[in-house]
Amino acid sequence: MSDTKNNLTALAVDVESALARKRSRSATAISWIREAALVPVLAVLLIVGAILNPHFLTVSNIVTGIGQQSSALGVVVVGESLILLIGGMDLSLESTFGLAPMIAAWLIVPVAAFGDGLLLNPYLGIGILLVVGAAVGLVNGLLIVKGRLNGFIVTLAMTIVLAGIQEGIVKGQAPFNLPTAFGYLGAADLGAVPVSLIVAAVIFVLTGLFLRYHQLGRAIYAVGGNREAAHAAGIKVNQVRIGVYVAGSMLAAIGGLMEAGRVSSVTPTQGYGEGIIFPVFAAAVIGGVSLQGGRGNMVGAASGVILLGVVQNILELENVSNYWVDAINGGVILFALILARVIGGEASAE
Amino acid sequence: MSEPAIPAASNLGTAPAVEAAGIRKRFGSTRALRGVDLSLQPGRCLGLVGRNGAGKSTLVSILSGIYAPDAGEVRLDGQPAPSLGDIAAWRGRIATVFQHSMVVPGLTVAENVFLGRQPRRWGLWGGGVVDWGAMREQTRKVMADWGFDVNADTACGNLTVEQRQVVEITRALAAGTRCLLLDEPTAALERGAAQRLFERVRQLQAQGVAILYISHHLEEVFEICTDVAVLRDGELVLTAPLAEVTKDDLVTAMVGQNFSAERSVADAAGPGQPAGAAAAGPEPAGPEPAPAAGARPALVVEGVTFASPGVFLGNVSLTVHGGERVGVTGLRGSGATTLARIVAGAVTPDAGQVRLCFPARGDQVLRPGDRAGALRAGIGYIPEDRQADGFVPLLGAAENIAMTITDRIARFGVVGPRRREARAAPLARRLSLVSAGLDQPVRELSGGNQQKVTVARALASDPALIVAITPTRGVDVASKELLLSELDRVTRQTGATLLLASDELDDLAICDRVVVLVRGEIFTEFTEPPFDREALIAATEGLGVT
Repeated sequence: MSDTKNNLTALAVDVESALARKRSRSATAISWIREAALVPVLAVLLIVGAILNPHFLTVSNIVTGIGQQSSALGVVVVGESLILLIGGMDLSLESTFGLAPMIAAWLIVPVAAFGDGLLLNPYLGIGILLVVGAAVGLVNGLLIVKGRLNGFIVTLAMTIVLAGIQEGIVKGQAPFNLPTAFGYLGAADLGAVPVSLIVAAVIFVLTGLFLRYHQLGRAIYAVGGNREAAHAAGIKVNQVRIGVYVAGSMLAAIGGLMEAGRVSSVTPTQGYGEGIIFPVFAAAVIGGVSLQGGRGNMVGAASGVILLGVVQNILELENVSNYWVDAINGGVILFALILARVIGGEASAE
Repeated sequence: MSEPAIPAASNLGTAPAVEAAGIRKRFGSTRALRGVDLSLQPGRCLGLVGRNGAGKSTLVSILSGIYAPDAGEVRLDGQPAPSLGDIAAWRGRIATVFQHSMVVPGLTVAENVFLGRQPRRWGLWGGGVVDWGAMREQTRKVMADWGFDVNADTACGNLTVEQRQVVEITRALAAGTRCLLLDEPTAALERGAAQRLFERVRQLQAQGVAILYISHHLEEVFEICTDVAVLRDGELVLTAPLAEVTKDDLVTAMVGQNFSAERSVADAAGPGQPAGAAAAGPEPAGPEPAPAAGARPALVVEGVTFASPGVFLGNVSLTVHGGERVGVTGLRGSGATTLARIVAGAVTPDAGQVRLCFPARGDQVLRPGDRAGALRAGIGYIPEDRQADGFVPLLGAAENIAMTITDRIARFGVVGPRRREARAAPLARRLSLVSAGLDQPVRELSGGNQQKVTVARALASDPALIVAITPTRGVDVASKELLLSELDRVTRQTGATLLLASDELDDLAICDRVVVLVRGEIFTEFTEPPFDREALIAATEGLGVT
């Protein structure tokens, strides 16, 4: 009797798992489609770009026009994606993107170039830039995690404070004549490839691997997916959250350094004044990083960045009137979101 | 909007309040209901029981007008049911009080009672303004008519779970409904509140209201129902007046012939060895005796004090010996689960300390509220609410199970999916986890399998002390016995100590000793298994020290 029962139970379990496997195979297919949801959009854009302009599909345009232009933004997107993954959000990354290089440049360049005359060593300046990034992230993290303040409001206020400091210390001027070492990351090329593109790609790949395979990376998904469960499983949730705010801000500072090198000065409007947080969020969300935390990856985030970069590039090549760029840009982002939702299903683009 | 006519109990005649004939419903390839016939007379209380997945929820949804059946007909008071979209018409005839509260916390009781159908004045073309006075007045009147006592002007957010339920019942009655579906109404109630609910149900029934009572707990069905219907695999396998059936009949009907035969075999094999254990693994839990009393203490709780709204612990001390399995039980708010959470490091007490003395790890005092530290010290934790604390829904089963041991399986911080699966697979097998593979997101698993993941996560760290809180809540009978037998087996084989907080007597049956908490203090202890059901229940109510 007992044997019969065991056999029946085993049979039932087998049948149930076979059914579950079948369900999961289709689920795997769907998740693959989700990851590739942006590929058709990109393909269409590439075709449109190629038809509109013969220069579009040249190596120099792709590497410099799209690659270098998108690198700085891409690094910030990595930072914002990490913060979104733990279920947070940080609007102030755009101000860190401007303030960190501003403070560094201000300490480096002479008074004539709107510095403060300290003439700091440029390598030390880069160190300071990272420290400023880390400090902003730490303050945000402590206020949100330990102080239990709302992340949206904290970072919104922080955005304005930081942008004010950025403008205040240089009285609205733009430090220029940046030393080569300081501008290297944003301006130099290795062969035909801009350093910024290589560094951005490396950051994407390393962050992607870190998220996939490192225990801290997995802890980020656990914390974003269910904070209480992560805590009950012994993950130091608050440390992970604060750490991610710090890392995100440091990445924003590095992005700012790239941008400063590319335009060889730090304008008081870099970041906040340019409103880069909008494309940052757009790239992450189009790429499938959930605003609710716990879902998304670097492949998606990178394709979001590339998509925005391609659109931007086509608009520039076509000499679209500056007055219309924003409207078209916004329209494309909206369209990409809707498409990602249609292809990726319920869960995408939240 | 016209007020639905309120039929008086006396002239309802003999038409059944609810009559379902040949109801079929299919979801994809699953046949959830395969021809269900059900009839409920006014003034009767019909208990609807069945294991998870038997089709109870589907039937409730069809009877509440949420789904349309694929085939068959629903008749209310002898008339065909309203069309699916006409929610107001459904609510006037039959109302469901769901397990999860459906009141709007920010609104007052009166507003909730008249939600969406507020009495109005100065009516112009269907418009007009809300007549607050009439709304309060009518709420008070309905409450008074049915003997309920909740202030109409209180915001629902300030009410207890019990009072919210009263508001929902009042809402149904105020809409003219004389047929109530109560879906697991006692799931969130402590025993006193449950008793008061039973009183209300009896009173409603006496006044001619028909009640369909859905429950996991057979005792409740025996306590208040007049009839019972058992669903199994989408079919009604038993319908009878309650006086004519025994509890064993119901269990047999719920689980089928096979299972009950096995159950008696298992019972013959000895207590503490539930059925399903045989399927869990080849090695029997064996007659190894529990370690002798007088073994070294493994867990010493000293003077733990904690106060928060709803829970209070006053200077509780407890010593648990190595390898001992201790149950902690009490009413909701007695502090039983809070005590367990404090030991697990999930809650910080106001005062007192938790000391551990595991032979392999030496003596140590736990830092209060340090869950990660408690884990390192050797405490595995099965939290109370698996949805909230038990797993990360988007991550795979293996990753959830191995979450407590990432430190151990990581090389230079890197955790390979393969190594993770290697560690998770044996646990998944032992608990008969049914999934499409260990990388399937836990969100897609059934409730019972989610709970298995939660339990496996606690066991993965090879804990010297397992803190389990209601480890079988909301899982079906087979999974329940499997989980309990695994806890039983693990503690016997590894000599791990178990602290099990639960108000389910079936859970406590695997313990060597049960400590009863009443209002935050240890009231009494039962040291001789098997524990007497009645005596335990009485003790949790603070009665009858023996």
